[in-house]
Amino acid sequence: MSTRRQFLVAAGALVIVSRPSASNATPAMMQEAVRKVVGDAQIRKGKVTLDLPPLIDNGNVIAMSVSVDSPMTPTDYVKAIHVFNEKNPQPNIISVTLGPRAGRAMISTRIRLADSQTVTAIAQLSDGSFWQTSRDIIVTVAACTEEIS
Amino acid sequence: MARAVVTVPPKAKRGEIIEIRTLIAHRMETGFRHDSYGRPLARDIVTRFVCTYNGAEICSANLFPAISANPLFTFTTVATESGTLAFKWTGDNDFTLDATASIVVE
Repeated sequence: MSTRRQFLVAAGALVIVSRPSASNATPAMMQEAVRKVVGDAQIRKGKVTLDLPPLIDNGNVIAMSVSVDSPMTPTDYVKAIHVFNEKNPQPNIISVTLGPRAGRAMISTRIRLADSQTVTAIAQLSDGSFWQTSRDIIVTVAACTEEIS
Repeated sequence: MARAVVTVPPKAKRGEIIEIRTLIAHRMETGFRHDSYGRPLARDIVTRFVCTYNGAEICSANLFPAISANPLFTFTTVATESGTLAFKWTGDNDFTLDATASIVVE
């Protein structure tokens, strides 16, 4: 093995490791943010409905609503709804705390997305279980990081 | 400058699920943008929203820069008794904004 080859391999690895990723979050960062909220609990698919347009012109204002299939009784209700993204500068979008007094587990707001990506909504139920659903959305004009001219 | 618009039905039947819509004027500067000279613009966002119904908290939310300017937030609650719904937003640069709405439950 020549030292030149070793040097090239090492240099190549360095380039890959130090590629700038400061501007936007990555799916791995989203997973980290999800784990911070969920802990070690298992996240099952279902129960959550995430309403987002499949394609949006302007990433600055995107109508989003999240609802969870739950009877919302004092013994069986949705405790919290968390929404995450993969490619904005930060992985969090919103975290809502609800209770049985909500009557219906449904919230809506308007969000910003910096790129076409997958948005994930996670619901925490009163029994401690977590449920999630994901939606793909195509964004033609990005938000968050655009420059002011 | 900051202003809030809260929509709560003025009257409701006991046990009815009512929808509450809130909208405030706030620029929600993300902290990730730069001005025309390339200088970073400091983050200025609303970070927390809390709604109480006759003093008891019924809904709260942590907001992040991914929420659009002039944040809109809609949720539901069960009309239990006549009284006041109080809304409070807090954020960067000591931002606070309060709003109230009254409801008559029959």
